[in-house]
Amino acid sequence: MLDKNGIAKRSAKEVKDGYYVNLGIGIPTLVANFVREDIEVEFQSENGVLGMGPFPLEGEEDADIINAGKQTITTLPGASFFDSAMSFSMIRGKHVDLTILGAMEVAENGDIANWKIPGKMVKGMGGAMDLVASAENIIVAMMHTNRVGASKLLKSCALPLTGVGCVKKIVTNMAVIEVTPAGFKLLERAPGVSVDEIIKATEGHLIVDGDILEMNL
Amino acid sequence: MINKSVADVIEALQGVKDNMTFMFGGFGLSGIPENAIAELVKLNIKGLTCISNNAGVDDFGLGLLLQQKQIKKMISSYVGENDEFERQMLSGELDVELIPQGTLAERARAAQAGFPAFYTPAGYGTEVAEGKETREFNGKMYVLEHAFDADFGFIKAWKGDEAGNLIFRGTARNFNPNMCGAAKITVAEVEELLPVGELDPNQIHIPGIFVQRIFKGAHFDKRIEQRTVRPKN
Repeated sequence: MLDKNGIAKRSAKEVKDGYYVNLGIGIPTLVANFVREDIEVEFQSENGVLGMGPFPLEGEEDADIINAGKQTITTLPGASFFDSAMSFSMIRGKHVDLTILGAMEVAENGDIANWKIPGKMVKGMGGAMDLVASAENIIVAMMHTNRVGASKLLKSCALPLTGVGCVKKIVTNMAVIEVTPAGFKLLERAPGVSVDEIIKATEGHLIVDGDILEMNL
Repeated sequence: MINKSVADVIEALQGVKDNMTFMFGGFGLSGIPENAIAELVKLNIKGLTCISNNAGVDDFGLGLLLQQKQIKKMISSYVGENDEFERQMLSGELDVELIPQGTLAERARAAQAGFPAFYTPAGYGTEVAEGKETREFNGKMYVLEHAFDADFGFIKAWKGDEAGNLIFRGTARNFNPNMCGAAKITVAEVEELLPVGELDPNQIHIPGIFVQRIFKGAHFDKRIEQRTVRPKN
């Protein structure tokens, strides 16, 4: 079973040379720490920066340079700043190659819910609806089950949707799963996790075809 | 040169009234029109509809207007970094319309650019699209969204000149350029106000035609919401 950093490490393998990548808040943010150093990748933050670097050194933080989580950041050589409309032109116009985001629920048809729990304080969707409605390559990085142990990979989402039929792949603490027209398809299992355990933790239909290899981290 | 400069924030905000709709640039607390907000607090006008990506924190940004219950409705993509907002929202005192961030930016830009409406894929199949016209283009579904219609747009830029030309800095740019010229009157506050001729025309982000009033902000706090650093070693 993986921890959050493990999920991020496995998700980082989906980041390929030459990709422009948008990372969501939470586990996806950690992905940047595990991207191979021998490939060229640029991180986009929807508040208006491409080419995000690490957090600033103490004393060098700048109120004018933040990421979408409102954290102070730095930029790398080749970075650029732009306005919000242009930022979402990059997103809706499919210029961003990969989006990795968290979720509360994913359905076997690729629907995603990650912005609202009825009856609880709703903070808003931020840029998530634009991202999931447009990106070609959407990966969800999340825990396989919620805090009370219930599956987050469902037949259909119970929570209000963020987007429909958009998730392509899911990386969890237990498995890597592809979303196919026939439902969830198990691709890899986490170290020390059996196929039976994954089946048990997945409410939606899970296709298990042949031998399922352990993740190569 | 058509001179857009006004003496101060008091002159810049002339004409603001109860029940108006305002747009505010800024993402979190970065690039918000601090001086205009402070003046709106002083004027204490009420019943406002505020279009802004976020709603500030309890003691800064639009949170200051919320404290005085000046806001009737917020149109935002992400809120709730402040307790008073949550209290007013849950008690029903405050009406909140949450919309996708890219849609918010584009509704401002559409108003700036003279488009009454546009189709976006964002929100299709979700509650955001409920009651809205949808249409298929090339096999994909889109939602019709309308341009904003606001009385004043409050903008924060880094540098500007007396002609109203603006230059932004870093991610403090965000929604600011999209909101210029998107309301009936655009008011820009800048850290540095220069005579015409001092800014290189090649470097201007927003031409003065989109700005009606410009002034040098008396003070900028430029607060950081999430200070994240690496230790020096």
